[in-house]
Amino acid sequence: MTATTLPAVNVEEKLFQNRYRVDADHAHIHIRDRATCGRCADKPCIVCCPAGCWRLEDGTVDVVVDGCLECGTCRVVCAPGNVEWDYPRGGYGILFKFG
Amino acid sequence: METVECIVVGGGLAGLSAAYGLAAAGMEVMVLERGDYSGAKNVTGGRLYVKPIRGFYPELWDEAPFERPVARELVTMMGGGAHTTVEIASDRFLEGEPQSYTVVRAKLDQWLAEKVTEKGAMVVPNMKVDELLRKDGRVVGIKAGDDEIGAGVVVVAEGVLRLLSSAAGLAAEPQARHHALGYKEIIELPAGVIQDRWNLNEGEGAAQLFMGAVTRGMLGGGFLYTNKDSIAIGIGCMLSDLSQHGITPYQLLEGMKRHPMVKPLIAGAEMKEYAAHLIPEGGYKAVPKLYGDGWMMVGDSAGLVNGVHREGSNLAMTSGRLAAQTLIELKDRGAKFDARGLAAYKARLDDSYVMKDMKKYAEVPDFMHGNAHVLDAYPSLLNTAAREMLIVDGVDKRTKQGRILADVREKRSLLGLIGDAYRFWRAFR
Repeated sequence: MTATTLPAVNVEEKLFQNRYRVDADHAHIHIRDRATCGRCADKPCIVCCPAGCWRLEDGTVDVVVDGCLECGTCRVVCAPGNVEWDYPRGGYGILFKFG
Repeated sequence: METVECIVVGGGLAGLSAAYGLAAAGMEVMVLERGDYSGAKNVTGGRLYVKPIRGFYPELWDEAPFERPVARELVTMMGGGAHTTVEIASDRFLEGEPQSYTVVRAKLDQWLAEKVTEKGAMVVPNMKVDELLRKDGRVVGIKAGDDEIGAGVVVVAEGVLRLLSSAAGLAAEPQARHHALGYKEIIELPAGVIQDRWNLNEGEGAAQLFMGAVTRGMLGGGFLYTNKDSIAIGIGCMLSDLSQHGITPYQLLEGMKRHPMVKPLIAGAEMKEYAAHLIPEGGYKAVPKLYGDGWMMVGDSAGLVNGVHREGSNLAMTSGRLAAQTLIELKDRGAKFDARGLAAYKARLDDSYVMKDMKKYAEVPDFMHGNAHVLDAYPSLLNTAAREMLIVDGVDKRTKQGRILADVREKRSLLGLIGDAYRFWRAFR
């Protein structure tokens, strides 16, 4: 079976069930150099992020951190180390009720 | 600069276990937790093996907020247009004190943090540490925002990403090939429905693993744990494989949820949470240096996970306990918290099941990277063979046997089969 036989999923519906304290003016993930993303063929951040935070917008890689689960996958899969990644400030971000 | 005897960075199971031991021995402990409460940032598949940790802190466990003791162990192999489930059951799983429980980390960690506070430690939530302070090669404290706090020793329990220790040059940055992404949904089902669907006595739980087609040939597997009135259902998959296969994690999980074996089990359940976390799966060879002048490393940040048996939380708690024991003994002797003294922590870990098990499977991560097909090919072969023999359709059994052998030869040559068996034995012996 291949990816094409797998159903499409709206990951935002899943994230909607989660509890977050959003730190509006302090995004904890940044792209260091956009040109590096442009040269990247695989873009593993887009595939691997379990929260779908990484997307291709008009051919450019972009990240929206609101639904972030703070797993750090994007930082670890980015071979050129182009993801500037820190935890959100104390108390902010995801608040797991179960975990 | 304010100075305390011990700072524990991270109020998860490893850090809290260390803090509990230190505080119980009367040492001054401050636990710094970035979440709003312990467990706010922590995720587990779903179970805790308590036997290895019951021995220390025996007074703790009677009131622990466990979900269900695991009475049924199920392994489902998918692929080849069929699925086979094996059940391993034993009276000894529950005899005396049950050996494992399903757990919900937000509850368990919060409870443990309360116990640690009762012992006299200070647990500070909403406190994100930004830096480990170093002076002349020694870790001398931490920086959090504008605050600097000095410490006789810093127990680094910062979790799998090792942001602080790698920035301080104490450990390497995490690599994709050493890490799996574990992610799951918590879905709500009434307790009675859970017991009916998994054939459980009241209050008992089940653990179910899924191998084979569930990960589409990638290194990993699915899991399902029954909580009191919810189910944890998810997948663990190597990051390096996910990025190569181009399948999103949520698509993979959706495929598992719609599998004919899984769908009726979770029918009617309402989703309550979606969580993800990285798991250090690099094994023994990827364990960093675990101590130095003024610091020691425990739990996930130390890479202490037994991927073969899916044990992590018990290793984390054991490492925290051994770190505490080492510090208590050094203090009693009037010795310094330097590399020479703290080497006893590593010696204790080496002498425990933690490092003995990790060492036993030291070759497994490399083996699995080169041989992910064994997880896909063999369940599929087994299922095809079973399906062929169970369908009574007028085709004689010798012809069916021939078809099965042809299927085996198509998927694996005879030499391939022998090679797999040999390499498997070498890696797991």
